[in-house]
Amino acid sequence: MSAILIIFYVLAAITLSTAFLTIYSKNPIHSAIYLVICFFSIAGHYLLFNAQFLAIVHIIVYSGAIMILFLFTIMLMNLNKEDEVHKPRITRLGAIVVFCVLSAVLITIFINSKTIVGDYDTTGEDFQSIKKLGKILLNEYMVPFEFASVLLLVAMIGTVLLSKKEKTNK
Amino acid sequence: MDSAFIIEKSIFIVVIFAITMIMAMYSTWAERKVAAYLQDRVGPNRAGWGGLLQPLADGMKLFAKEEFEPNTKNKFLFFVGPAIAMSTALMTSAVIPWGDKLELFGRTVILQATDTDSALLYVFAVVSLGVYGIMIGGWASNNKFSLMGAVRAASQMVSYEVAMGLSIIALLMMTGSLSLKEISVQQAGMDWNVFYQPLGFFIFLICAFAETNRTPFDLAECESELIGGYHTEYSSMKMGFYLFAEYANMFISATIISVLYFGGYNYPGMSWAVENWGVNIGNVIGIFALFAKLCFFIFFFMWIRWTIPRFRYDQLMNLGWKILIPLSIVNIIITGICILAFK
Repeated sequence: MSAILIIFYVLAAITLSTAFLTIYSKNPIHSAIYLVICFFSIAGHYLLFNAQFLAIVHIIVYSGAIMILFLFTIMLMNLNKEDEVHKPRITRLGAIVVFCVLSAVLITIFINSKTIVGDYDTTGEDFQSIKKLGKILLNEYMVPFEFASVLLLVAMIGTVLLSKKEKTNK
Repeated sequence: MDSAFIIEKSIFIVVIFAITMIMAMYSTWAERKVAAYLQDRVGPNRAGWGGLLQPLADGMKLFAKEEFEPNTKNKFLFFVGPAIAMSTALMTSAVIPWGDKLELFGRTVILQATDTDSALLYVFAVVSLGVYGIMIGGWASNNKFSLMGAVRAASQMVSYEVAMGLSIIALLMMTGSLSLKEISVQQAGMDWNVFYQPLGFFIFLICAFAETNRTPFDLAECESELIGGYHTEYSSMKMGFYLFAEYANMFISATIISVLYFGGYNYPGMSWAVENWGVNIGNVIGIFALFAKLCFFIFFFMWIRWTIPRFRYDQLMNLGWKILIPLSIVNIIITGICILAFK
């Protein structure tokens, strides 16, 4: 077994186990911390694909910014066991049924799908380099790229607008 | 990959680790001496000559202290907090070019642990992870003051990261590369980036102060309001780790500032020295030049600490969001216009 395969199995085990622990742990802060570890192992998967830029940006955006704000909010909310919402039995039953159907669909897809990965072509280009990525993003995919940034801007302005207090008439 | 290469890199990494630790240790001594000088006192002078053994004595004391554990369910997280703070403080040194190269035993030794294409982004990633050590430790302490300190530290670091990133973008527009090695090479001679990016340097410096939680931005451990901030409940070497991580961070950010804006290992007449005195001597002087620059910045950090009082929290947030971010966007626009006009 090659070293890369071993690393892949270790990373995959970490990803799956922490993802499950995120859902199963009772304490919301523990969930958030497991999710952070999960994101780290996904960054490791990116590194295995030789996608250095993607791995680092993944860490900066998800672990470095989003999860910190998440933790922040959870810590301030002070969630207790007493505040937990008790869901009615029908909702739980529905959730179980939906889960079973969905997993059946997914499993059949995985069983019936064929591996279509052929031999790799060597193009001689260094796809790790940020220069190449930037040129492709801002030349070929210029319009979708700009649309994505406008979308983020709209989301940001919307949040500010929603959280801003309206002036009350006295 | 031959084994000589692996041995070379391992030795280099161990040396860098040792140097970072020693610098962090002696920064504590230097801080006391600088504070004493600024307040017209003598400072530590009993242990060794000029108090030079004081950091060792402090370390001994911290190891010997009783380890206190608060009544918390999260013993593991309480334990992990300082470890994360320390390891993120040490991780950044991997991509810093400490010098150009040396010729030892017939091999060319490049004085950098790894030269990745996205070194600067790596630095940012590690800096943004530094918050976890503080947040997890502060929360697991099960103490309101610790939590307040941790929340303050986190929100401060997240808000100043934005301005820091924007000030770096203006620099990157000029250098066209994220590799710290290439940025150093481009500044050969006296062609330092600070002459082209004075505003960017200024913003970066302020953000570096905020990221390392140093005065005037040390609201996270504001004694008069929060006892000791996020490390109120910590004692013994765990507390030592937090303090140590702060000094290691200071060392690393001083290094990043000198690499990005002050030419890194370059000094005037470096190419002449390399030609006439040999590669080794020329580059060893380069390493010393880098250390002289970063020692100046460490001194600058301390100088500011003992000169300027602490901000109020709303002032801090106003400075970050309403002054520094617009200023760095203006800086990006000015840089863009200048690049269009002069190139």
